[in-house]
Amino acid sequence: MSTTATRVIVTEDRSSAHLLRKSRREVDPVRPGQRARVRRETAAGYAFLTPWLIGFLGLTLVPMVYSLYLSFTRYNIFAPPKWIGLDNYIRLFTKDPVFLQSSEITLIYVFVGTPITLAAALGTAMLLNYRDKGSGFFRSAFYAPSLIGASVSIAIVWRAMFATDGPVDSGLQVFGIDLGGWIGNPSMVLPMMILLHVWTFGSTMVIFLAGLKQIPKELYEAAEMDGAGAWRRFRAVTIPMLSPVMFFNLLLGLIGAFQVFASAYIISNGSGGPAGMTNFITVYLYKRGFSDGQMGYAAAMAWVLLIVVALLAFILFRTQKSWVHYAGDDK
Amino acid sequence: MTSTTIAGDARPAVAPRRRIKRKTVQTVVWFIGLSILTVIVLYPLLWLFLATFKPNAEFGTNPGLFPNQPTVDNYGKVMEGIAGVPMWRFFLNSFILAVSAVVGTVLSSALAAYAFARVQFKGLGIFFAAMIGTLLLPFHVVIIPQYIIFNKLGWVDTFIPLILPKFLATSAFFVFLIVQFIRQMPRDMDEAARIDGAGHLRIFWSIILPLIKPALITCAIFAFIWEWNDFLSPLLYLTSPENYPLPIGLRLYNDASSGGADYGATVTASFVALIPILLFFIVFQRFLVDGVATQGLKG
Repeated sequence: MSTTATRVIVTEDRSSAHLLRKSRREVDPVRPGQRARVRRETAAGYAFLTPWLIGFLGLTLVPMVYSLYLSFTRYNIFAPPKWIGLDNYIRLFTKDPVFLQSSEITLIYVFVGTPITLAAALGTAMLLNYRDKGSGFFRSAFYAPSLIGASVSIAIVWRAMFATDGPVDSGLQVFGIDLGGWIGNPSMVLPMMILLHVWTFGSTMVIFLAGLKQIPKELYEAAEMDGAGAWRRFRAVTIPMLSPVMFFNLLLGLIGAFQVFASAYIISNGSGGPAGMTNFITVYLYKRGFSDGQMGYAAAMAWVLLIVVALLAFILFRTQKSWVHYAGDDK
Repeated sequence: MTSTTIAGDARPAVAPRRRIKRKTVQTVVWFIGLSILTVIVLYPLLWLFLATFKPNAEFGTNPGLFPNQPTVDNYGKVMEGIAGVPMWRFFLNSFILAVSAVVGTVLSSALAAYAFARVQFKGLGIFFAAMIGTLLLPFHVVIIPQYIIFNKLGWVDTFIPLILPKFLATSAFFVFLIVQFIRQMPRDMDEAARIDGAGHLRIFWSIILPLIKPALITCAIFAFIWEWNDFLSPLLYLTSPENYPLPIGLRLYNDASSGGADYGATVTASFVALIPILLFFIVFQRFLVDGVATQGLKG
């Protein structure tokens, strides 16, 4: 049981705390200047942390607060911001059908694309885990797309691959499947974006594979002795033992998917089309803020996005206890 | 091993051989299945590579892998560049940005990670939580105020808004990765050094940095690749074509080709822009794959 990584961290932390306590106890009687030591440690800590602190305050915390303020104003960067209260938010949810459509397709992309990507990643990870010899090559081949999936180059390739009468379209027509093209077809362009997302399953797969390798073989052997079939072993051993990794992949996968931008921008030439079906929240935010100069309105959009992501993270962390199994606390 | 022998002894002599045969069949099926999957996954890249040899007229008429009349004209056209800017300029800009990102990220992230992992100071808990929080923060929330700040400072259309954040460890992914790596290191060496009178700077420089080299290499590779691919930040901040890195240069091709003009050049430029990353991947794949694996497990 103690082989999973979470367990390793816990023991490691405990031992380091123990070491620390020991060293303090040894130092105390010799040097009564304990307070001076603490002060020196604090000074050293902040010295090392300075670049990060400047970045955190200047490029994250202050901008966040400033963008919250802007979201209650009308602002176009040339004239000073003008306070308009909740108007931006009211407009978003009651007077802007483009925003509502944008939210809808973003949510579809996130909540359809992420589970499919996770399933593909887990499936291939289990296949690779079946055998060590020869799996290294496949692991690298599957991993490669995740490094380049968000690049402009791949967006251009996708555009060419899924063009009407392009490789994918004509390939499917050989089997008698005519979907009416992908790129210019409002009902197929979102599935196409999801396919691009699924194509980058490799990095998630690598994390699952590392998790699978940590599951003690004895658990499977014991389950097999008890007469558990393959499905039962998957449900009763793999899933619970892998749930911490699953949690991590789900959390970062969902949050990452909300931020899809370059591929949608390139594939639609910055328009979010056809019929707004690639107008993800990030693309719409960029258009409003930087093409139309409505920075207050775009800031409100950014805060809606932030609240949705924060809420999602909160729900995941709260429900964690009911489905994530950490080795060591068998309750 | 032993269990197989026991099972073999207990059963008629044919059983083990049949079992071995079944195992071989399974392995062959496994190998074929994964090979098919590999072809599907890598097909877009293969198509891209072979499409760079297609003459313009074949785009739209020849969706297959191989060009009917192979040509290298596309490469010549791509070298000339677009919008009056030669291709090498886009490459140079991308390279400057990526190398700066590597230096800045590794330096600032290692410093912050050391503070989080090895120094006991007031506020550690709050700042660590804040750092983890930024790991989950969508970048789009800060782009508008960041743009306003950099615009006020007169830094639009320079590389500063792209490089400066890297020197301030704004990407929590890297800080977190190095923190986890330092935490795995036994403390005996720093304790010994401290008893010998070494301060934190000394311990960081002479003991920790050499030990965490693999993590630093992983960070360097990811920082390079992510900066090479980054589209949003240069789109926001760089306005004159001679400052464009490759992704924005590619956008010029993409815009020009949407009127049906030069598909061959667009596809070839896309491929050329990917070459450094593909080379990086082939050389450093062990670091990349292991880096991702450790990152995930420690979450």
